[in-house]
Amino acid sequence: MNAIPAIRTKAEQDLGAVFASAGPRLPGGRRIAAARAAAFQAFAAAGLPHRRLEAWKYTDLRRLMRDAKPLAAAPDAVARAQAGQATGLFSGLGFRRLLVVDGVFVADQSDLSDLEPGLEIRAMRDLLAADVADLAPGPGSVVPEGEPMLALNAALAGDGVQIRLAPGTRLARPIHLAFRVTAGVPAAMFTRSAFEIGAGGSATLLETFEGPDGSDYQVNAVLDLRVGDDARLDHVRLIGEGDAALHVGTAVAEIGARAAVNAVSLTCGGGLVRSQAFVTLAGADTRAAMSGASLLGGRQHADTTLVIAHAAPGSESRETFKAVVDGAARSAFQGRITVRQAAQQTDARMMARALLLSEAAEAHSKPELEIFADDVQCGHGATVGALDEQLKFYLMARGIPAPEAEALLIQAFVGEVIDAVADDGIREALTKATAAWLRARG
Amino acid sequence: MTALLEIRNLRAEIGGREILDGLDLTVAAGEVHAIMGPNGAGKSTLSYVLAGKPGYTITGGEIWFKGEDLTAMAADERAAKGLFLAFQYPLEIPGVATLTFLRAALNAQRRQRGEPELSSPDLLKRVREIAKTLNIDAEMLRRPLNVGFSGGEKKRNETLQMALLEPALCVLDETDSGLDIDALKVVANGVNQLRAPDRGMIVITHYQRLLDHIVPDVVHVLASGRIVETGGKDLALQLEARGYAQYQSEAA
Repeated sequence: MNAIPAIRTKAEQDLGAVFASAGPRLPGGRRIAAARAAAFQAFAAAGLPHRRLEAWKYTDLRRLMRDAKPLAAAPDAVARAQAGQATGLFSGLGFRRLLVVDGVFVADQSDLSDLEPGLEIRAMRDLLAADVADLAPGPGSVVPEGEPMLALNAALAGDGVQIRLAPGTRLARPIHLAFRVTAGVPAAMFTRSAFEIGAGGSATLLETFEGPDGSDYQVNAVLDLRVGDDARLDHVRLIGEGDAALHVGTAVAEIGARAAVNAVSLTCGGGLVRSQAFVTLAGADTRAAMSGASLLGGRQHADTTLVIAHAAPGSESRETFKAVVDGAARSAFQGRITVRQAAQQTDARMMARALLLSEAAEAHSKPELEIFADDVQCGHGATVGALDEQLKFYLMARGIPAPEAEALLIQAFVGEVIDAVADDGIREALTKATAAWLRARG
Repeated sequence: MTALLEIRNLRAEIGGREILDGLDLTVAAGEVHAIMGPNGAGKSTLSYVLAGKPGYTITGGEIWFKGEDLTAMAADERAAKGLFLAFQYPLEIPGVATLTFLRAALNAQRRQRGEPELSSPDLLKRVREIAKTLNIDAEMLRRPLNVGFSGGEKKRNETLQMALLEPALCVLDETDSGLDIDALKVVANGVNQLRAPDRGMIVITHYQRLLDHIVPDVVHVLASGRIVETGGKDLALQLEARGYAQYQSEAA
């Protein structure tokens, strides 16, 4: 039933117009231009993803995306400076901040001083213009053929940041890749970033997505992650987009042997959020921990879709996803663990938990295991429930008023995810973001 | 002088089942009352109704606490007014450190009473002082509330909370359950230190042995949702000897 839709939606027509008008001006030589054209063709053939596609079952973008915005104009000097001066949860932590404003990497508002030896930071637009960027997923990736939003990103990505660490480089100072949208006309931003850690290297990467409330801007951000053998990556992502924003984030990761990856995400903003990650544990004896929490209210919709493939023996993966859903919000979690035949002694576990705070709140979980090896330990579980009234009474019996008791229990529920963050400063900031969400809930 | 707690002809039910059936009880400041009775008599229901647990419906009677209608208050207001229930089965709350919980509880009560919040160093100092008397080590305070605690540790933790919050009325629900004799002594000692002229206590227990350590001024027998006999501390010994059979047959 995945035939080409006969009728194009308004958003699909808009995207066609955007590609026709903006496409020729996007950075890229001949090779990139051809890749963009092919990618757009692949997208156009399938159209926006819809609920009849299993991977998009809970997020019918074809229905939910009413229009497609024109590409954002490059921010002017004032907007750049304002975005550069804005302070946030992570100000003052001393991280190396790289600022992407309205989809454009702004070098003059980024901290590019005293680059550690072995660290390379470049604007993706330069790599595209030089025709050397790679827009297609690597050969070992588990991205489904023709993944529509990734294809759309390949067609329209204008900029982003490429960060590379030479083998053996151990960065003490975390890198903060900050995506900020200014309060301009609602527009679309397609960014493509890459983070590569050479063998034996280690780094902490923080990504934040923020923008103004009330603006229905659209973000399609792709991160290409390569973690070399024996390398270590701590990755934290905060999706704090404006309340009317559409955010589609895709991470494609390939992880080498004996590497350690600890990824934590917190989604507390955005009107419609789809976070998808396609992770390949390509090398043996790798440890990957991925956890995330969504804090949703109003009419927010957040979908986390994770595909993790064990391709080599002896790796361990842990996924923990939690959703706190209030109002008429909707959370979806899809997680698939694939264990290839070669991946004996795989140890993989996945857990999805949702806490519903209102009658109208919805949570969907769909964990899947696909196992082709015979000597493995795999497990998954999912729970959906309301706040525990017994625990709430216990707190109230000690004098804690009902709203505060609920806030404590919710913070504790989310705490398991946030506590997985290794960096103290980031952990405290995420705890603050959770507390702010709880306060706003009232 | 008004009594600290005055319960008149209290009737209460849960899920349509009547558990308390015309209970009368008066506790004055400075007194320790023991409530004994067979299983299913309504002992725990009484403690939950006093603390304001949702799900229990008061179908008749009155509860006056410090001259105010207790039934009109939410659980947290009752606590801030000075009522403390030491739970028979203290709950485990993963993700909430014991110290965080203690700070939240004490400061919430102080706010409701219009008192300034206690600073973190002051709170820590007080908690440590009390913890020492109850053989609670600092490590336990950092752990999530009651998670992985032994039965004895949980009851000591309840006693710690009680000592920190300095309630006017302590209701101890089967504090002896799940305790060995050494743990019982530590907890009883902690409770005894809280005996004061301005504080009342209701000690609910099935067995007499707790009352060897927390010696009551008055002993009541609760059976079939009512106080059926009241006496001095000797009554507990008599009950231990003869059991509750006579009250159960009376009720039946």
